[in-house]
Amino acid sequence: MIRVLGIYLTVLAVSFSSFASNEAIVGMNPVAIAFFLFFISATLGITYWAAKRSRTATEFYAAGRSVSGFQNGLALAGDYMSAASFLGIAGMVATKGYDGLIYSIGFLVGWPVIMFLIAEPLRNLGKYTFADVVAYRLQLRPIKILAALGSIAVVILYLIAQMVGSGKLIQLVFGIPYELAVVIIGGLMITYVLFGGMLATTWVQIIKAVLLLGGATIMTVWTLAKFGFSPENLFQNVKDVAGEKWLQPGGLVSDPIDAVSLGLALMFGTAGLPHILMRFYTVPDAKEARKSVFYATGFIGYFYILTFVIGFGAVVLVGLDKILSVGKGGNMAAPLLAQALGGDAFLGFIAAVAFATILAVVAGLTLAGASALSHDLYVGVIRKGESSEEQEVKITRIAVFILGIIAIILGIAFENQNIAFMVGLAFAIAASTNFPALFLSIVWKKFTTAGAVASMATGLVLSVVLIILSKTVWVAILGNPEPVFPYKNPAIISMTAAFAVGIIVSLMTKEREAEEKFEEMKVRKYLGIGAE
Amino acid sequence: MTKEELKKILNDPEFQNLMKKVSFVSTVFFVLILIVYYSFIFLLAYGKDFLGKPLSDSSATTVGIPVGIGVIIASWILTGLYVYWANKNYDPMVKKLRDRFRR
Repeated sequence: MIRVLGIYLTVLAVSFSSFASNEAIVGMNPVAIAFFLFFISATLGITYWAAKRSRTATEFYAAGRSVSGFQNGLALAGDYMSAASFLGIAGMVATKGYDGLIYSIGFLVGWPVIMFLIAEPLRNLGKYTFADVVAYRLQLRPIKILAALGSIAVVILYLIAQMVGSGKLIQLVFGIPYELAVVIIGGLMITYVLFGGMLATTWVQIIKAVLLLGGATIMTVWTLAKFGFSPENLFQNVKDVAGEKWLQPGGLVSDPIDAVSLGLALMFGTAGLPHILMRFYTVPDAKEARKSVFYATGFIGYFYILTFVIGFGAVVLVGLDKILSVGKGGNMAAPLLAQALGGDAFLGFIAAVAFATILAVVAGLTLAGASALSHDLYVGVIRKGESSEEQEVKITRIAVFILGIIAIILGIAFENQNIAFMVGLAFAIAASTNFPALFLSIVWKKFTTAGAVASMATGLVLSVVLIILSKTVWVAILGNPEPVFPYKNPAIISMTAAFAVGIIVSLMTKEREAEEKFEEMKVRKYLGIGAE
Repeated sequence: MTKEELKKILNDPEFQNLMKKVSFVSTVFFVLILIVYYSFIFLLAYGKDFLGKPLSDSSATTVGIPVGIGVIIASWILTGLYVYWANKNYDPMVKKLRDRFRR
């Protein structure tokens, strides 16, 4: 393992020597490189510290259940505030105006849903993954196969989207070649997770969340200061520069059914994201789990308000033409605003923050994917639930490595593909495959193994097929003239179908053992007696 | 824990009361956030003109901006209220029951 680290550091060293080669908006910016090196050495230090505390399975997957509610709230926020939300939503506000806010609100309202429906029972009933909860009173093997498939599908899609987005970002900001950028991210991510497990991942996440919230706050206050701390003054300027349309809802929600469908995917997809659900096992009990959702909701909501101001600030202080000329979709709006506000030094800081953001998110995803492969597939399915802790952690480490390499390869393979639909697809799969089965297994006594398997299979297949038949893939990528499926998001069909199939199949089958265990489960679900 | 012990807790009126209360409260909060969010979505779908109107004749700020920020604030308030309720009611009930059954 030390050798891996050595190879990785060599790659890193090589990458720095090639810095100035391409045209970039930061390039050899010393502030950016200083922050970048500071972040990497701090996080590698944490990884070294965490490595000694990541030996047992509980330590590796769940940081020994030692994370406090506040810390987990920050880490959850860190997992959720990806580079896509920071750069993407700020860019969307800059280029599309009000619609950017609609999008971020959809992402936020998933959190109260997690709080009210999932958080406490999830913490009390599970061990390391959400599949533990679904399998609690149902048959282990069939449930774990389907749940692992759902998790891995979500993780891989999310990972590709993050890898491609971040490779492009780093290429653009620092001027490193795309492939090298992807390898750097992949290498660092593997290092954190492989050696430091959940403990290192959590602290990387916390540092990143603090940096991101701090950086975005400075940018917002700075922006508002330019407008005499009057939002009205800022909006007035937006209106003058870009037109009234920027302050009004636009084309994002043109069809009511599409709007409801997107709303469903965002709202319930959050409650089905494996890397988010996994975080609930890092806190000691249900009370801390509940607290962590409250803090996470607070941080994420605050962050989205900041991105709204940042996006509008960029419209006025940078100008639309310049934003659109640098990056497609306005992704560079936030970095360009930083440059307009504080010159190259502040731009360097924000670029380093964006880089930290990417790294932390991909690390969390990799850990979740690896735990689905080892805890759910290997231990649950192949070993039928019986495996030594040592063996399980060893398999997880192998899974981390494999998954990391796959992510790097796919990241490079998808360089020139339109990946915008991937995050949407990940949310649709999470909402249609993972959430219905998880929810029904917690609340419904008559839910059976057959019902759960049928529900998850329906959700997975339908969401993937409908996305392929929708405009984003069928027309934009495959080049057909008309989409077969008329809506942008499949959740309204696929999630409803997953619930319906789960309920109908459960009613047609009967599982006495599962019903008995549901009664017993209540004691653990509400009182936490016997919880891990 | 033995089957008898489990049965005893399951049949305990205080435990049944706790289950009823917790599911009731979490359902109410869930319905509230659904109402908040979907009112917003339906406003977007059917009331675009209303959301696009300026707050007053002289202002640039549209009705949609405070409404949108309001949804974010409503999410904070709802999660905050739930935590407040749970800390004040749920946790003491759990503690009492756990003490009583010495767990």
